Amino acid sequence: MAKHINVALIGNPNTGKTSVFNRLTGLNQKVGNYPGITVEKKQGSCKFGRACKVHVLDLPGTYSLNASSLDENVVIELLLNKNDKDFPDVAVVVADVENLKRNLLLFTQIKDLGIPTILAINMSDRMKRKAITLDVPLLEEKLQTKIALISSRKNLGFDHLKELIEGYNKLSTKPCLNASRISPEYFNRLRKAFPNQDLYKLWLVITQDVNFGKLDRNELKGVVSFKTESVSNLKRLQQKETIIRYQFINETLKETLHIDTANAKDLRSRLDRVLTHKVWGYVIFFGILLLIFQAIFDWSEYPMDFIDRSFASMSEWAKTTLPAGDFSNLIAEGIIPGLGGIVIFIPQIAFLFLFISILEETGYMSRVVFLMDKLMRRFGLSGKSVVPLVAGTACAIPAIMATRNIENWKERLITILVTPFTTCSARLPVYLIIIALVIPDTRVLGIFSLQGLTLMFMYILGFGAAIFSAYILDKILKIRSRSFFVVEMPNYKLPLPKNVIITVIEKTKAFVFGAGKIILAISIILWVLASYGPGNFNNAEEIIKTEYASQNLTEEEIDMHVDSYKLEHSYIGHIGHAIEPAVRPLGYDWKIGIALVSSFAAREVFVGTLATIYSVGSDDEQTIKSRMAAEVNPVLGGPLFNFASGVSLLLFYAFAMQCMSTLAIVKRETNSWKWPMWQLVVMTVIAYVVSLAAYQFLK
Amino acid sequence: MAITIASLKKGQRGIIKEFSVDVVPLKLLEMGCLPGNEVSLVQIAPFNDPLYLNINGSHLAIRKETACKIEIELI
Repeated sequence: MAKHINVALIGNPNTGKTSVFNRLTGLNQKVGNYPGITVEKKQGSCKFGRACKVHVLDLPGTYSLNASSLDENVVIELLLNKNDKDFPDVAVVVADVENLKRNLLLFTQIKDLGIPTILAINMSDRMKRKAITLDVPLLEEKLQTKIALISSRKNLGFDHLKELIEGYNKLSTKPCLNASRISPEYFNRLRKAFPNQDLYKLWLVITQDVNFGKLDRNELKGVVSFKTESVSNLKRLQQKETIIRYQFINETLKETLHIDTANAKDLRSRLDRVLTHKVWGYVIFFGILLLIFQAIFDWSEYPMDFIDRSFASMSEWAKTTLPAGDFSNLIAEGIIPGLGGIVIFIPQIAFLFLFISILEETGYMSRVVFLMDKLMRRFGLSGKSVVPLVAGTACAIPAIMATRNIENWKERLITILVTPFTTCSARLPVYLIIIALVIPDTRVLGIFSLQGLTLMFMYILGFGAAIFSAYILDKILKIRSRSFFVVEMPNYKLPLPKNVIITVIEKTKAFVFGAGKIILAISIILWVLASYGPGNFNNAEEIIKTEYASQNLTEEEIDMHVDSYKLEHSYIGHIGHAIEPAVRPLGYDWKIGIALVSSFAAREVFVGTLATIYSVGSDDEQTIKSRMAAEVNPVLGGPLFNFASGVSLLLFYAFAMQCMSTLAIVKRETNSWKWPMWQLVVMTVIAYVVSLAAYQFLK
Repeated sequence: MAITIASLKKGQRGIIKEFSVDVVPLKLLEMGCLPGNEVSLVQIAPFNDPLYLNINGSHLAIRKETACKIEIELI
């Protein structure tokens, strides 16, 4: 029988834990969510030889077992729950050789839980350059563990690590520290009350404010109420625990670790001097942002054109090869154009995630936090809000989850509320197609494309709206919360291509499948609504023929009139005409009105909707863009998508809250419907008013 | 006036003194900000806040409002 081992990877942030995970599992991994909460759960598996199957869980990074965020709660809940199916047989604590002292704090806590624990010291290839020497056998003896010196960058030491994992049952489970030392008197009382329990576990259950619903109630009955000490006293004891642990670590490392500090003048200080400089720091940051937007607009144009043309011919092919009938029409006019509307944006989304993951991997993001904190604070935000705001350019959902490490609740709430203003990748499809239609394709100063600059302006507008509303919220919201801010400044690293590629693939996949489902469903519904109708819809041909009988039209012209008559009298036409009065002042016709309404589910639905509406009934092979360019304004004549209506649409999408998933995540993160409802109403009103003003002014 | 981390100049070092547990958050302690440990100021952000420190070998940034509560002895 094959042996099965559950491994949990645990470690501080910035220790390269995820690279170790990628090395162990390769692409054989699965990213999902923990049940009921939106913490990312990464798991994978690998085989050691033929007889041993290993399941690896990559737990969220944490500095200690004293949880202060949802992500950290996950770690402690799992480690305290022996009945969880993911409960590790062996824990691998990943540490960075340059931050060993701090990383060992977490290690000693996990070791004290009685779980077999391996210490994997990562980035060991840097030891020589940094003049670090480590007495591994002595350290193993002092910590009563096994140590693997590894380097995920150079792929070193993994065979040894795997050997250690396979032989996990030989590891000592003795604790590093006698928990009673935290407070002999208090722990004595605990021992008397629960004679058969592990004291350190009890201590964690008492001090941690997490949900232990899954724990065996009988086993730990009454523990949670065992708060004979006041909260502030318990807090004091937690601090004492930390101090005792550091004493142990300092003593241990004094004999085993030597760093020649004279050699430590390095890349870090030289790069820091430039990247956090009061002028160059900002210049470089904005330069990087500019590069990102240039890439998204300019470089991804080629693959996008290709995808657009492929879907147009695929639709044409389906129409000519499949047997005629409703079902083929559904495929050719509903599903294929609808899907094309999402697939086309893969290049841009991939570029965006590429840049964001590189910025995170290199350690540059922390410098941006450092650089921006004081500025952001003026608007009621934190330096850490920069990460959600930048990540928000990909998608507001992970961005809002990324606010979890903002310690101050008011700053965090404001960040959550304003993040949906940043230009997420779902807005891109809309922006791109409208910019391509209404902004001339010329170059400014010979290099920057005017369309690219317009796009950049839309991003700046998004950030501006976010910052401005943060400022207002900071003045309005009356929340007092203790401010406190700490951010680690990790070493600079060259990003590992494998990590970056895996992130890009995972995130793009999640986006496409997540959005794809909604888009597919909506495309089908729209197609049905556009292809059937009540009353006159079914007699369209006769009505047109009698109406134009005197004009002697060719068959083709008659067909065209029939098609547009049908669309207007279909179900969707009726709905569209009902909303038209509301959207006409903004410069839109009823078709855009439909697209607007359907995109309240998700913004990217807009293009797919228009693609579906416009392709119903048309026979020739055309791209979405050329169909939109051909639309004529029914009232004023001239192209429907002109400068005024285009700008009005761009502004509407910049400000409106059109994403149900974001509303759901805001509800979850703020624990109330109050905030998402606020967001929905306020943002929609702003969008309507601004677009109205813009169209009326420009038309 | 007491000398605190906030009064360090760039490149200066100090030893953290005993502090009252209520003013320093646990998270900061866990990252190595403990009495007896060495702290040096690596860099000050534009507009004079936050401070980029090296505490006990860890690099981290904190705001002035926290830094001015942690007393040190210059070395």
